[in-house]
Amino acid sequence: MIRFVTSRLFRAGLTVLSVMTFAFVVLRMSGDPAQVLLGPDVPQNVVQDFRDRWGLDDPIWRQYLSYLQAMMQGDFGLSMRDRSPAIDLVMQRIPATLQLTIPALILQLAFGIPAGIYAALKQGTLADRSVIVAAIVGFTVPSFVMGLLLVLIFAVTLGALPSGGASSWQHAILPVLTMSIGGIGVLARFSRSAMIEVMGAPYIRTASAKGVSWSDVVRNHALPNAAVPIVTIVGFMVGSLIAGAIIVETIFSWPGMGRLLIVSVTNRDLAVVQCILLLVAAVMVVSNLTVDLLYGWLDPRLRQTTSAH
Amino acid sequence: MSPLLEARDLVRIYQTRRGLLGRPSNVRAVDGVSLKVRRGETLGVVGESGSGKSSLGRMLLGIDTAQGGAVYTNGKAMPVFGSPEWRSLRARIQMIYQDPLAALDRRISVAEQLREPLDIHRIGDSESRMARVHEVMLSVGLRLDQADKFPHELSGGQRQRVVIARALMTEPELLVCDEPVSALDVSIQAQVVNLLADLQHDRGLGMVFISHDLKVVRNLCDRVAVMYLGRIVEEGPADTIFSDPQHPYTQALVSSVPQPGRALKSRIILQGEPPNPGNRPPGCAFHPRCHKAEDICRHTVPETRSAGVECRAACHFAGHASLRELA
Amino acid sequence: MNNLVEIRNLRVAFDGVPVLHGIDLDVAPGEALGLVGESGCGKSVTWLAALGLLPGKASVSGSVYLQGQDLTGAPRQALERVRGKRVAMIFQDPSSALNPVIRVGRQIIEALRLHRGLAGTAAKTEALRLMDLVGIPDARNRFNLYTHEFSGGQAQRLMIAMALAGEPDLLIADEPTTALDATIQAQILDLLITLRHEMSMATVFISHDLAAVAQVCERVCVMYAGKIVEEGPVAQLFDTPRHPYTQGLFDAIPSLSGPRRRLVPIPGTVPDPRHLPTGCAFEPRCARARTFCTQHRPELLPQPEGRQLACAYPVPVAQDAVQPEEEYQ
Repeated sequence: MIRFVTSRLFRAGLTVLSVMTFAFVVLRMSGDPAQVLLGPDVPQNVVQDFRDRWGLDDPIWRQYLSYLQAMMQGDFGLSMRDRSPAIDLVMQRIPATLQLTIPALILQLAFGIPAGIYAALKQGTLADRSVIVAAIVGFTVPSFVMGLLLVLIFAVTLGALPSGGASSWQHAILPVLTMSIGGIGVLARFSRSAMIEVMGAPYIRTASAKGVSWSDVVRNHALPNAAVPIVTIVGFMVGSLIAGAIIVETIFSWPGMGRLLIVSVTNRDLAVVQCILLLVAAVMVVSNLTVDLLYGWLDPRLRQTTSAH
Repeated sequence: MSPLLEARDLVRIYQTRRGLLGRPSNVRAVDGVSLKVRRGETLGVVGESGSGKSSLGRMLLGIDTAQGGAVYTNGKAMPVFGSPEWRSLRARIQMIYQDPLAALDRRISVAEQLREPLDIHRIGDSESRMARVHEVMLSVGLRLDQADKFPHELSGGQRQRVVIARALMTEPELLVCDEPVSALDVSIQAQVVNLLADLQHDRGLGMVFISHDLKVVRNLCDRVAVMYLGRIVEEGPADTIFSDPQHPYTQALVSSVPQPGRALKSRIILQGEPPNPGNRPPGCAFHPRCHKAEDICRHTVPETRSAGVECRAACHFAGHASLRELA
Repeated sequence: MNNLVEIRNLRVAFDGVPVLHGIDLDVAPGEALGLVGESGCGKSVTWLAALGLLPGKASVSGSVYLQGQDLTGAPRQALERVRGKRVAMIFQDPSSALNPVIRVGRQIIEALRLHRGLAGTAAKTEALRLMDLVGIPDARNRFNLYTHEFSGGQAQRLMIAMALAGEPDLLIADEPTTALDATIQAQILDLLITLRHEMSMATVFISHDLAAVAQVCERVCVMYAGKIVEEGPVAQLFDTPRHPYTQGLFDAIPSLSGPRRRLVPIPGTVPDPRHLPTGCAFEPRCARARTFCTQHRPELLPQPEGRQLACAYPVPVAQDAVQPEEEYQ
């Protein structure tokens, strides 16, 4: 188990390092970093100052190392717009994004998984077919269409909810819904097929033949096995939530990280973009790591891996 | 004249490691196997899971390369896997697997499956190819109206006939069959066993028949090699192996086959687990499960020695009268 | 009524396609009964249906009496009290029949808790005793391992231990040795025979391997296409098979001793359950069939010598073929 954890941690570290390296390379390739980060109208002495401070005249490997060192210390450079540290700008926006993504994730888990499991246990019935159809509609309609549709219904027609902004908790309802619907669909469909597969497994028949009651068969024998594939998809969904945040925050003018990213890209505010990029990468790595560790916890077979011949 | 197929001291090593950072360890799946198959002869290879019999089959075809030793066909060394020479050799050596559904392409019809080897090896024109397809279909007991069927429309036995027919398309000299009848029901199994026996008899095919089913092996094979943990522990004519096995493992294996009319008490029931190739015991690999094991077996690997007419066995006691009394 | 189980006119259909055509079968307390036939003949379905273990798309009719209690149509709770407690079942491919994410010890304890009300140390002690009984070496240290850490033969021993937990009156062994190596098969058969005698429980041994059945059982039913075609004491059936299908099965199996002979396969294949012949299901493959067989389904009828047979033109009995029964035990 310790070896399993260390090997996964090692891999996660490696991923973060390669993302940082990637950012370094991209930044160097997109022109003189001093010019890019400071902008064109900065006096020469400031540029030289910057070059000295960042060691831009040093050999490239030295630059790479000090870049990594700066990253480790949380120094992500300055934003072009107001010269404040990029990290601060991004940090300010994180709570707003979390206000959308965390409720959205909770909704996805709370509705997607139970709906899928329910459909699986009622396989072939009307209830099952309704869940499948709803799920397919949920994840095939793109989130910008879904968002506009919701705005049309709840804000424009019914006038029940605000269509944009962030001044009250009611403002969060439509963006959270928009973000979660696709994920609920994906999770429902995936949980359904995972559960159907598990319910057909020989060990489920064994448990029934042993005299275990049906509800205990589902709870104690089927769910722990179905959890493994479901956890995988949840890991992926954390990533798609971030992508969703970019679109949804733009539609609903929500002052989160996603909108900051769009604005920064348009303004070529590379320090901020880079900072968000690394943050997203870190989130992905952490969620993957969590999934891997959960795997090991859920499925004893994965704790020891024998490589293929 | 050199034998159709000869293997000398074949070794196949797999590397396994525990975990990403675990230390790799070598598993000798096949460990110094030598055998010969003459023209028109069927050699049975029997053994339990982990005995290396399937790895051996893949090496005989050159699909897996041997880490040690060499395979010769008609006295010539096996060409490198994937090379043009190997490909043309494959027309003369064909393989039949256990699961016919997996071996067939489910999207194309029986006739197309059968024509494929001729297309690959560019044999004949399209008319003569089709004629050959029909000829071979009839010879394996398929009806011509089944030519347009797809694999899923056929029964298990018919599918295996298609697999055999496909193997015969290029008129091979040698068939390597890995558990070809294990997935079939008893009544169908007999049909396929008879078919293989007829083919071998009529065409003078050489055959390597890998199976855990001793009854089928006895019925079909001229000679039998018994494998245990990657080595041949006994080899000889089928009749001798089954009526007078020399190696204690062969004795137990033969004895473990249930036979109506033989009391259960007279059987040798081997204790312990099937062997793990990753953890080969020192000395004779069979000694932990052997009722005959003595001190010498625990530290000295037994030489393969002659044990009767055309028989060889790797046991310190093979050929001794005392052992025969135990059987 | 002295029988442990009495199955009467049991019929099963999957999505409207009948696969079991009226099975009548008795199991006496403590007896060892073999059920033989090829894949799809209904030998496993019979017992899965009896215990209500078939999926929802199966429709079951007829009755299954367990000492007078009718199990077909019984409420779920009633069936759950029978399963594992009165009638236990073990399956083919033991490695996938055990739950991969639950420690094996806990899986045995679950059965002990359900059927014997044991918990805590008492349950663990009993589970360890069962593991010892079925021959798991070093049970104490392997109690907390998972299924994948056991070989196939040991997994089947664990399945047997779990089945014994409820101290059942009847053990259904559904192809218990098919997925195992020859030497391990012998071990498991040996274990099943010993346990049956020690625990005086009836055993139904489902297998396609006639010879294995002969070693374990006293009585055999041969099934074909969802019906029992011949039933009788092992020795009688093996010495003088009278149904052409039973005879055909024997001729199709190569022998390990005696002169080598060409096998006599049964021509053709098992009929598709959706398109069964109107007459005897075996008629298209039968060398003895006559016109009568194409129109009439033969009933399973008792014969003077004690067996039951469903055939209009059975294989004649050679007078000198009957041998003493002791040889088979």
